[in-house]
Amino acid sequence: MQIIIVGCGKVGSVLAEQLCQEGNNVTVLDTNGERVQQLVNEFDIMGYIGSGISFDTLIEAGVKKADMLIAVTPSDELNLMCCLIAKKAGNCQTIARVRNPEYSKETDFLIRELGLALIINPELAAANEIFRDLRLPSAVSAEVFAQGKVEIFKVPVREGSPLCDIAVQDIAGRLNCDILVCVVERGEEVTIPNGTFVLKEKDNVYIVGGPMNSKDFFRRIGIESNPIRSTMIVGGGKISYYLAKLLTASGIDVRIIERDAAVCDALNQMLPEATIIHGDGTDKALLAEEGLDRVDSFAALTGMDEENIFLSLYAKTQTNIKTVAKINRIAFDEVIGNMDLDTVVYPKNITAEYIIRYARAFGNSIGSNVETMHRIAGGRVEALEFIIRENAPVVGIPLMSLNLKDDILVACIQRGKKLIMPRGNDAMQVGDTVVVVTTRSGLRDIRDILGKSRAGQ
Amino acid sequence: MNFQIVRYMLGYVCYFEAGFLMLPFLVGLIYREFHAGVSFLVIAALCVLLGLLFTAKQPRDKRMYTKEGLVTVALCWIVLSILGALPFWISREIPKYVDALFETVSGFTTTGSSILTDVEAMSHACLFWRSFTHWVGGMGVLVFILAILPNKGGAFMNLMKAESPGPSVSKLVPRLRDTALYLYGIYMGMTAIELVLLLLGGMPLFDALALTMGTAGTGGFAVKNSGVADYTVYQQAVITVFMILFGVNFNTYFLLVKKKPKQALMSEEVLTYLGIIAISVLVITFNVMPMFPNAFQAFHHTAFQVGSIITTTGFSTTDFNLWPPLAKTILMILVFVGACAGSTGGGIKVSRIVIMIKGIRKEIKMLLHPRSVDKVRMDGRPVEHEVVRSVNVYLAIYILLFVVSLLIVTLDEKDLVTNFTSVAVTLNNIGPGLEVVGPTGNFSSFSALSKLVLCFDMLAGRLELFPLLMLFVPSAWTRSTARPLSGKSIKGIVKKVGGRGNHVQ
Repeated sequence: MQIIIVGCGKVGSVLAEQLCQEGNNVTVLDTNGERVQQLVNEFDIMGYIGSGISFDTLIEAGVKKADMLIAVTPSDELNLMCCLIAKKAGNCQTIARVRNPEYSKETDFLIRELGLALIINPELAAANEIFRDLRLPSAVSAEVFAQGKVEIFKVPVREGSPLCDIAVQDIAGRLNCDILVCVVERGEEVTIPNGTFVLKEKDNVYIVGGPMNSKDFFRRIGIESNPIRSTMIVGGGKISYYLAKLLTASGIDVRIIERDAAVCDALNQMLPEATIIHGDGTDKALLAEEGLDRVDSFAALTGMDEENIFLSLYAKTQTNIKTVAKINRIAFDEVIGNMDLDTVVYPKNITAEYIIRYARAFGNSIGSNVETMHRIAGGRVEALEFIIRENAPVVGIPLMSLNLKDDILVACIQRGKKLIMPRGNDAMQVGDTVVVVTTRSGLRDIRDILGKSRAGQ
Repeated sequence: MNFQIVRYMLGYVCYFEAGFLMLPFLVGLIYREFHAGVSFLVIAALCVLLGLLFTAKQPRDKRMYTKEGLVTVALCWIVLSILGALPFWISREIPKYVDALFETVSGFTTTGSSILTDVEAMSHACLFWRSFTHWVGGMGVLVFILAILPNKGGAFMNLMKAESPGPSVSKLVPRLRDTALYLYGIYMGMTAIELVLLLLGGMPLFDALALTMGTAGTGGFAVKNSGVADYTVYQQAVITVFMILFGVNFNTYFLLVKKKPKQALMSEEVLTYLGIIAISVLVITFNVMPMFPNAFQAFHHTAFQVGSIITTTGFSTTDFNLWPPLAKTILMILVFVGACAGSTGGGIKVSRIVIMIKGIRKEIKMLLHPRSVDKVRMDGRPVEHEVVRSVNVYLAIYILLFVVSLLIVTLDEKDLVTNFTSVAVTLNNIGPGLEVVGPTGNFSSFSALSKLVLCFDMLAGRLELFPLLMLFVPSAWTRSTARPLSGKSIKGIVKKVGGRGNHVQ
């Protein structure tokens, strides 16, 4: 795949490195010649010095033959403009990083009207990630689909768990919650279970669910999920804002400590339900006064990496709570990994990973309509997200009458705001977002899930 | 310094040398020259052995920084020459090893200076090998290896940078390997066209092959004692045109292949190069007119000689040593100018000269308007200050090396013109000089020391000075004290794109 990356900052470099390693032909573009030079020396890519909104530069960088353009310069407007020009000059998929909250409200509009393939807001993505992490019990890991509305969790089946010795088809009824088991990992083996498959101790099961029904599920199978009720956030940046919004929306008590009075004012206006405290978050007395020992989670999201690490470590010493530290710049993850920190979040890497995931899906599927692709269970299972378009041969037919290939499971259907855990009677409709889980690889289109006899129709 | 990766690359070079040596072996078989053929086969076997030895152990650390790139390239070329010279020596066709080495270095560096007094006495296998070294050396051995080996990382760009001529080397397409493939593709295509045109003109196959390879690499070894003088006017004209074509920056051809003729023809360097050729041909033609029966003859021979010298090929159709001083002086100036960057030619390179002259103009303007802000421009784009500086440093080293070499060569007590031109034509990879080393002469009368110095000059000229100088910098040879934990630790950092590190202890 020919990929052009505009902007050679941290995210741009990570993208260039990863995408190049995955066998794409990468061209980078930046106005800063030194950075371009550095990247070109390090990786097997091509570099151009120039602005991404210059038509000539884009043409020279080969936009006409490019399959994808990723704009990750510091400026939102430049990124959008660059994508717009690229879209008109060539015919490539365009991805823009847009971080201004004012634009990100209009994401859907922008994607539709400017013909973008993807808009990524790094702060929002990071906030989502933190939110998910705070809610998750520590034994569980998750992948998200359909812009965060669908999740696949990996859950270990422990001794004495209600999941032991139970057939997959009985789980929903027995536990009274709407989830679906899509993959079972038993030892080295990975299976996509049918209804009669019986779970055993020490299995790892992958279940599909929305954020809400998964919570019920965890409680019912007795995984210690100690749902958080209150969070203290230090630092009032964009991530804090998005995070606080998510948290307050799910009824969690939020207090934000911020040093700048003006920012406090603004936050107060935007987040009426949160408690905004004007003060220095590194002041131990203030933290104690605001009840650090009474909250059950703590997020250090200031602009300084060192401060975040220390704050998290300090919070740990005070009381046993879940902590999150945000790290922007520091590259010494080996050292950080050895510290007693619960969760460390790297917003820039989240951005890069998000884009790479998309690029990978696109690269796997030129000419198809795979939206995103995740590899789960150690890369042996692919989970693909499709959007059902008109004249797809699956529309309107109940799943049990579809002639699906073996090892394929329709794990989830998302229709508008509604999430359907598909049973035999459900059918896909035009406009649905569908998650398909399979041990096969190379699915390019939703029609590929059908067996031979039906595919011709 | 990461010696392991250097050793490993040297191993590959040995393998490729073995492959190259099989070609003259085959030629020997065809012409039933078993004695010469066997010596090539023996050395090929030796190369394979060395290759096995060098590549036996995989390097733990595959990183290649600029210094490793430079040292690898320099050592590769030295190893290639040392091994490549052996067949001449063990087949007794060139009795002294120093002479064999000189001949081989001259071949690989596409110089074309020879120590042979009687070329026609050589076996076909040896003559083929001489010419073949030109062809491989022209585009570069490591570029060839890069084109064939599976994709290597970006760090290997350092190899190509060190081997390709020109002040700034850039890739044509994002992948290094694809770039190398494009370059060799264009190179082979043009070589094939010239070969066919010469064959159509009635030249014997062996001569056509040898001369084509000599032209393509801008080398200059011929297979006749008289050089190229005895061939027909048509054949000489074909060679003239192709010499000039091979002196053009290969980027131009890439753009033509990509159907961007406008961009291709806009190149300032190529236009300057063609301009210099046109003016030189015009002036010299008038100057040498009295020596030839008619104006066409004068033009034909002038064009051949000018093309041969400016592209640093070094063929000759006539003894220009006998030409009037003005003509000889112009030819000597062309010796220093050289071909375009990114071509197979040598010399200082037209682009460096253009940048230098524009730099001078800029400095003078700065004297007139001390506060003016100005940048040297090339093809309408500003040239980075770094590039301008490196061009100046290049010239400084060039002159220094020239002076030192001249001083050592002078110990042989030959006349100044001979010494001066012999250093000039080896450092610029031309071939024949004036007086003793003129088109009808050769380099055999120099002492062993002088020959070694001239070998060094040829390599330095071909590799653009810096790689060879690197070998003399002591700190380049110090082993890095701290070793990486393992190759995996580097990979680990790469993997850390993984986003959130859920580090729970």
